Amino acid sequence: MTLLSVENLTVALPPGGDRPHAVEGITLAVNPGEILCVVGESGSGKSITANATMGLLPKGLPVTSGRIMFEGQNLLALSPEAMRRLRGQRLAMIFQEPMTALNPVMRVGEQIAEAMRVHGVGGNAAARVIELLAAVNLPDPAATARSYPFRLSGGQRQRVMIAMALALEPTLLIADEPTTALDVTTQMQILRLIREIQGRRGTGVMFITHDFGVVAEIADRVAVMQKGRIVEQGPAAEVLNNPQHPYTQGLIAAVPHGGAMMTPPSTAPLVLQAKGIEKTYRRPGGWFGPKPVVRAVHDADFVLRKGETLGLVGESGSGKSTLARCVVKLVQPEKGEIVFEGADLRPLSRGAWKPYRKRIQMVFQDPFASLNPRRKVGDIIAEGPITHGTPRAEALARARELLSLVQLDAGAMERFPHEFSGGQRQRIGIARALAMEPELLIADEPVSALDVSVQAQVLALLADIRARLGLTMLFITHDLRVAAQVCDRIAVMRRGAIVEQGPTAEVFGNPQHEYTRQLLDSIPGRGWTPPVLAAE
Amino acid sequence: MKDFWRRFSRNRGAVVGLVILLLVCLVAALADVIFPGSPWDMATAPFMPPGEEGMLLGSDSLGRDVAAGIAHGSRISLMVGAVSTVAALAIGVSLGALAGYLGGWVDDAVMRFTEFFQTIPSFVFAILLVAIFTPTIGSVVFAIAVVSWPPVARVVRAEFLSLRSREFVQAAEVLGKSRLAIVVTDILPNALSPIVVLSSLMVASAILLESALSFLGLGDPNLMTWGFLIGSGRSVIRIAWWMSVFPGLAIFLTVLALNLVGEGLSDALNPRLARKRGGAA
Repeated sequence: MTLLSVENLTVALPPGGDRPHAVEGITLAVNPGEILCVVGESGSGKSITANATMGLLPKGLPVTSGRIMFEGQNLLALSPEAMRRLRGQRLAMIFQEPMTALNPVMRVGEQIAEAMRVHGVGGNAAARVIELLAAVNLPDPAATARSYPFRLSGGQRQRVMIAMALALEPTLLIADEPTTALDVTTQMQILRLIREIQGRRGTGVMFITHDFGVVAEIADRVAVMQKGRIVEQGPAAEVLNNPQHPYTQGLIAAVPHGGAMMTPPSTAPLVLQAKGIEKTYRRPGGWFGPKPVVRAVHDADFVLRKGETLGLVGESGSGKSTLARCVVKLVQPEKGEIVFEGADLRPLSRGAWKPYRKRIQMVFQDPFASLNPRRKVGDIIAEGPITHGTPRAEALARARELLSLVQLDAGAMERFPHEFSGGQRQRIGIARALAMEPELLIADEPVSALDVSVQAQVLALLADIRARLGLTMLFITHDLRVAAQVCDRIAVMRRGAIVEQGPTAEVFGNPQHEYTRQLLDSIPGRGWTPPVLAAE
Repeated sequence: MKDFWRRFSRNRGAVVGLVILLLVCLVAALADVIFPGSPWDMATAPFMPPGEEGMLLGSDSLGRDVAAGIAHGSRISLMVGAVSTVAALAIGVSLGALAGYLGGWVDDAVMRFTEFFQTIPSFVFAILLVAIFTPTIGSVVFAIAVVSWPPVARVVRAEFLSLRSREFVQAAEVLGKSRLAIVVTDILPNALSPIVVLSSLMVASAILLESALSFLGLGDPNLMTWGFLIGSGRSVIRIAWWMSVFPGLAIFLTVLALNLVGEGLSDALNPRLARKRGGAA
């Protein structure tokens, strides 16, 4: 007997959108004790499906046809009051952003107890809360119950959210990208926790994600969505290893394969040498006691040889971005040497740095924030060379060439950034960096804000440009699969220090440091090797 | 641009405001045609109520035409509003940009300086300045500009603080652009919308300030202004209500129109917020 069955669900979009329906003709089912992964790229309608089930659709998106049957009743036909009683008690949801999903001014134990009290079962709430917090493997549940959300880390908050969702023992749990905002090691713990709890209680889970690694990790069955439709549905092993629909095949082919390249150690001349860089942030403390100190970067020496790519990997807060920003003087380190082709860049003034700006360029993480929204794309690409004295006409002609190098047509010159998709914007960002004809390119998470298929295109573009122009690259990423694919050597950072570095194959094949091993173990779906498809 | 107009015109009040404002500007531009000659000249017998002796809005205690006074006064009021706002923007934007972009001790110094101005009640300060510099049109504009720049500086500073850490500004930094180029071409265009909205409201408050100064007799004695008209009608309000009421209405309508336009601009420039407001209503 199925627990939840969505039958032929269609949700309309407001007129004037790029398509008439947010989701169209969706049919899927979740059985008790089963994890159904709904997977798709951004805008595919997967969150709409989840919100429709919870009765959380915004007013502008009406359901035009279909039924959502849950335990024998049609959820769409229920009154708001009846729906409210079901929500939380029988159906529960975990959201993506654990940072904002909890009330910041209420103790977490209180919040979980409130969820129970609302449904009239708050009698022994205090004891239940502690039980629940223990069930989600939080250390010292009694103390956690008394703390405010800001004292907890992202992973801990997500555990609290899960505890809250489970408080009334729902039969169906909907998880909307619950691990996307978390670090890999935390993600793995949360995935294991969901799997374990679901197994223990026989809850049905509808798990929404964009990451095929996560799918491989926990799914029993998979539904693949594209532009509001389900294009393929089936048992996880089937869909992952033998995808039928071309879209699924494309998505799986785009998953970074993680196979490390074997490259002989480079003996080319040194381009960049970072020695003893230290950056410490001091927060303004009170009048008494020491100021809180965060050592963002320390003990992070590395060298870059001509033509090679060094991957800087680590979790958020490990200092990898700060280290990269020290190299381009966006952050001023207080100690150390940054030797670029024999000259120490750290003590240089703004003016003395200017000649090096041409030679060291950077690609930023967020394609939506890294282009000035008020300037035309042509100007954005050409302004670097113009700043350095290239005549305007020549710089614009060069910008045109660069656009074709990054596979955009010349018509883009006259348009504004908001007219482009994320992947296209990232190409513009790359073109802007290349316009300076740099010798060293620093790429700060250049693909982490992009969908997997776009990610594959941008990575291919970077690899191509790098080979063609002989660029040296410092590549920062939190995604080990991407790092394995792109980098010749890897440096693993933790809490501001590089704990291990070496050739990619060696670091991944034979990790020396215990933290590296932990990171590698946390790659979701590491037991699954994406099949080599005929489509490629 | 078309899009901008569509969003602006969705706010009906703003369109009404714009129409009123255009009418006021028209009257100011055509004052010499509609009411030739000086508004200070005697036109008829004193204290004529509206509608009599060809006096549309009545005459004052010296037989001057109130309508002519309002039409000619609108020039001074609009001019004072516009010029003092431009001057206040020049001070406010440059100080705010300096504080927001450079941060650190510069920020501290500029903000303390700004707070120094904000602690003095602005009207009292304006009176003091005009009294010191003798009431001329120049000193009135100067006084209004000096008391109205601090909010601009604060808004611009806040915008710059948040824009400074955005990635496109960092990218400009990495390209090696000079600080001035970054401020002018990258940050300022993106901080423009709140400045535009704020300045439309500043014109309104400048007109009010000028009227208040003139009312107290601190306006330029050689210029006909709305505040002066109300001030001169104050003592005879029981026998000649029209002397104070019509100039008052002119101020009210102009200030209201500017506020409405300001709100419309804010809706058109921040479409996300406007939609939210529409949804809540």
